[in-house]
Amino acid sequence: MTRAEISKAIVSILDEIVPDEDWASLTPEADLRGKLESMDFLDVIMELRKRYSVEVPEADYGQFATLKGCVDYLEPKLTDQ
Amino acid sequence: MNKTDQERIVITGVGLTAPNGNNLTEFRQNLLNGISGVEDYNIRYFGDTYAGLCHFDPLKYQRKKEVRIGTRAGSISIYCVHEALADAGLTLDTIDKSRTGVYVGITEHGNVETENEIFEISKYNYQTKFWSHHHNPRTVANNPAGEVTINTGICGPHYTIGAACAAGNLGCVNGAQQILLGEVDFALAGGVSESPGTFGIFAAFSSQNALAHGMTAKTVSRPFDKKRNGIVVSEGGAMFLMERLDHAKARGAHIYGELTGWFCNSDATDMVLPNSERQIQCMNGALKRAGLTPQDIDLVSTHATGTPAGDVKECEALRAVFLDCPNTYFNNTKSFIGHCMGAAGALEIAANMPSFKDKVIHPTINVEELDPKCELPNLVCNKPKKIAKVDHFLNNAFGMLGINCVTIVTRYVP
Repeated sequence: MTRAEISKAIVSILDEIVPDEDWASLTPEADLRGKLESMDFLDVIMELRKRYSVEVPEADYGQFATLKGCVDYLEPKLTDQ
Repeated sequence: MNKTDQERIVITGVGLTAPNGNNLTEFRQNLLNGISGVEDYNIRYFGDTYAGLCHFDPLKYQRKKEVRIGTRAGSISIYCVHEALADAGLTLDTIDKSRTGVYVGITEHGNVETENEIFEISKYNYQTKFWSHHHNPRTVANNPAGEVTINTGICGPHYTIGAACAAGNLGCVNGAQQILLGEVDFALAGGVSESPGTFGIFAAFSSQNALAHGMTAKTVSRPFDKKRNGIVVSEGGAMFLMERLDHAKARGAHIYGELTGWFCNSDATDMVLPNSERQIQCMNGALKRAGLTPQDIDLVSTHATGTPAGDVKECEALRAVFLDCPNTYFNNTKSFIGHCMGAAGALEIAANMPSFKDKVIHPTINVEELDPKCELPNLVCNKPKKIAKVDHFLNNAFGMLGINCVTIVTRYVP
C-alpha cells in the first residue's frame, strides 16, 4: 500500500469507529489521540488486525499520535498489501 | 388508606417504544384499533419465525458511536428515558441529576452481545484476539441503566432489576421503593427487552414447545384462544418518571396515575411452570397494600403469554381472586405485541393508564375460539369495551424461576 492508500485506510477505519466526526478534514499533523477515547483507539487497533492482519503491541501505541505517525508506523508493515 | 402526599407515588411521565407504537398516544390508539405489531422475522441459525420489533429512531437521542458501542437494550432505555422526561415536562438541565435514579427491569441481558461476538470471531477461526473489548461493558448486568446515565449525565443510582418476565413491574416497584426510602426524588423506572436479537431465546422456547408458530404474524400471538401454541418474542421498553405526590404537585405536574399497590413473591416450585397458588397470594398481597378489595378493581391486565399451560394457570388464579366481581374486566396486551419480556409489565401499565380518562378497556385480540379453560367472566375479546369507570387496575407479571410481581395503579384523586 502507498502512503496515500494507508492514510485513506485509516480515515476509513476512523469513519467507522466514530462516525459522528468529520475525518475527511483530518490533517496529517493533527492530534489524533485527543479525538479518540481509549476504547475508540482500541477499536482502531482491532480493525487493523481484522482488515490487514497487523498486530500493534501496546508499547507502540504512542506512534499513533497523529495521522502521519500512523502512516509512518504502518508503511513498512503494509508494503506488500 | 390514608397516606400523606409524601407517601404517595405518582407517575408523571411515560416514555415507551413497543412493536406497535413509539409513544403512548400511538401505542394506545393501535391497541384500541386492533393493530398488531408482530411481524415476520428471520434470525441466524434459527431461521424464519415471528417477533415484535420496535421502529423508533435511536439517533433521536444518541450519537452514531453510542449506538455502535452500546447495546440495543441501552438504546431502547435511552429513548424511553428521554421521552419520559419530555412527557413529564422536564429537561436534563432542570432536574437534580444527583437525586434521580434509573431502575431498569430486564428479563435477561448479555445473550445478544455474546452471540454477536461468537459470530464475529467465527469469521476468524474462533481466535479470541478478535473478541471485542466492548464485550464486558456491553454485558455487565447494569448495562442498559448505565448507558442511560452516560447518555444523560444522570448521576444518581442506576441498576437493572433481573426478574425474568416480572421485571417490568418490579422495575416500577423498585423505583417507588427508592423514592419512599428517600434515596431519590425522581425515579426513571420500568423495563426493557432486546430479546429478539438472540437466536438462543427462540431456540430455547422452541425446544420447550413454547414458541408461537404457524398461522400468520398478526394472528400468532393469541392468549386464551384454543389454538394458541406459545410465546412471540418481542423487544420494547417503557420507562416512567415517578415521584412523590407532594413533589409532583409542587411543580404542577400532570399525573397519569398513582402506584398504590404492589407485591412480589416466589413460587419456590419449578424452573418454568407457574404456580397459581403463589399468583393468588401475590395478587392478594398487592390488594392489601393498596387497601383495596377485589371488587374495587375495574380492570385486570393479564400476564398471559399464549402458552397452553401458563394461560390456564393464570386464569385459575384470577377466578379464585375475582370470584365475586361482576364489574371487573380482563384484557391482555401481549396479543398485540407479543411478549416484550422485561418490558412487558411496564408496557402493560402504560397500555392501560389511558383508561382512567377514556374508560375504554382495550381488548385481547386473536380470540377466535376461547379455550374453555381460560374463560373469565368479563374477558374483553377482540373489540374494546367502554365501561362506567376505571379507578383501579391490577397488572400481573410472572416470570421464570417462579417470580411474581403484581402492581395496582389507581386513577389520581387529589
